Amino acid sequence: MRAFFESLGRSRMALPILVVLGFAFCVACEFLPIINTYTKGVLIMVGINIILCASLNLVNGYMGEFSVGHAGFMALGAYASAVMTIKWLPASVFELPLAVLFGGTVAAAIGFLLALLSFKTRGDYLAIITLAFLMIVKSAVENIEYLGGPRGMTPPVLTNLPWAFFWVVVTLWIIRNLVYSKFGRAITAIREDEIAANAMGVRVREAKILAFSTSAFFGGVAGALYAQVNFFIDPKSFDIVRSTEILVMVYLGGVASLAGSILGAVIFTLLFQALQDLGTWRMVVMPLILVLLMIFRPRGIMGMKELPWFLPKRELFTKRQP
Amino acid sequence: MSALLEIDNVTKRFGGLCAISKCNVRVMEGHAHGIIGPNGAGKTTLFNLITGIYKPTEGDIRFRGESIAGLRPGRIALKGIGRTFQNIRLCKNLTVLDNVRIAFDSQLHYSPLEAMLRLPRLGRDERRSIDESMKLLEPFGLTPHAHAVAGDMSYGLQRKLEIARALALKPRLLLLDEPAAGLNTGETAALTEFLRWVKSEFQVTLVLIEHHMHLVMNLCDRITVLDFGQTIAEGTPAEIRENPRVIDAYLGGTEVEQG
Repeated sequence: MRAFFESLGRSRMALPILVVLGFAFCVACEFLPIINTYTKGVLIMVGINIILCASLNLVNGYMGEFSVGHAGFMALGAYASAVMTIKWLPASVFELPLAVLFGGTVAAAIGFLLALLSFKTRGDYLAIITLAFLMIVKSAVENIEYLGGPRGMTPPVLTNLPWAFFWVVVTLWIIRNLVYSKFGRAITAIREDEIAANAMGVRVREAKILAFSTSAFFGGVAGALYAQVNFFIDPKSFDIVRSTEILVMVYLGGVASLAGSILGAVIFTLLFQALQDLGTWRMVVMPLILVLLMIFRPRGIMGMKELPWFLPKRELFTKRQP
Repeated sequence: MSALLEIDNVTKRFGGLCAISKCNVRVMEGHAHGIIGPNGAGKTTLFNLITGIYKPTEGDIRFRGESIAGLRPGRIALKGIGRTFQNIRLCKNLTVLDNVRIAFDSQLHYSPLEAMLRLPRLGRDERRSIDESMKLLEPFGLTPHAHAVAGDMSYGLQRKLEIARALALKPRLLLLDEPAAGLNTGETAALTEFLRWVKSEFQVTLVLIEHHMHLVMNLCDRITVLDFGQTIAEGTPAEIRENPRVIDAYLGGTEVEQG
């Protein structure tokens, strides 16, 4: 049995097959009455959370910074795509892909600027800058009448399960590729020791900009998908609580691990739904889980480890494995 | 033979404290150049000035005739100055191989987009980086540890890895901050031979801060002595050994007249 799992773990075909099967399942769900609308909604949320978690992991896990502004990028993506689908290109053929890409691009552009501003800050100071960024985005959106102000916007429902699944795969694939390239190594070197990274000729600025912008891009993509699945977005959907949820997912699943990001997002989303009956007590249970996690497994379930499936072939023997 | 590195009248003040004051050092291409001096003389500060961690308050630093004072540390490293640290600074959670690859990466030229989309150049470059990094580990005796996590290795191996990593940059100048710290006499003798080999094999100029006089006197072509941030002597090992000011600085005599 164990041998079976080990060979499965090393198999290079397992992941592509799973992706194809997963996509087929999503398409089937869309056209056949396999699961009800509620379950479908939960599954889409799982997908969106995986994207959020993996993209935040790039900055908070791989680069070891502490950004608390990911909900801000999500808001940018959500509003950008809502503006696109409601005001600019209503009901056109391209609105689905364009709105998502546009949401990601707007978030990435702002992420780029934020990276420029926060070069010299680390740790607590970066956390404060990203917190300020989150508050700026939220209050800006609240006060711009064009974006509906506090009342929010009602973009059309466009996201379905296969589309969410597609973006999950794209996100994980691109972040995986980035992480196992020289840029990923540079990002990791910054986490390990910024002074040593400099001495090794790592282009620290470039690496930080890239990590921030890429992370923001997929944060925006997740926001755009979120806007199109929820039928309604308002500034309150993107407050510090949302950021905290993403942080919990990252640290639950494991820092610097894509498998961890998936695990964290899945566990969190399902638990969140399962605890729905507890009402407000849910807000007690979730932080409690986080506290216990920090005590017993501070790097998360898969912290710093990766499933061999996600490693490029040439890297298989160069990394720590679970 | 020309000067590879010129430290020209450099002063570094931290608030009221003058860590380096009007310091002059000329390092010749192909030399091993020792920097010695009592604790707190400003030796490591000098390294931090050369590598751009600090900016000089006054004066200029030239590398291959070009001023590098005030450049960012990453830029200076890429110009061909590698270094090791007094208290080892490795990427402790990464494997030995990845530590070297990070330094080797400056020679890979693919763009972020090529990386994200895994275009063909990425695979070629990455394989080259793995092969060449593995090759670099060999003379350091690190090949069997290539996939070990750097932080789990013994102190001696970590020191070696730090030198290997600095050489992966293909530097012209290698700054070593107390490479023999924590080594016993036998190991220090072996290190002397090893550094001599590194110097000829990689055609690199060495500047080393060291307290082990045996190593410095044996290896170095020239020596600069610092005390209280000032150059108090510069010369061949034989000259330094005879210099009264050096003896004074080290032994703390008060009879010798100052200046």
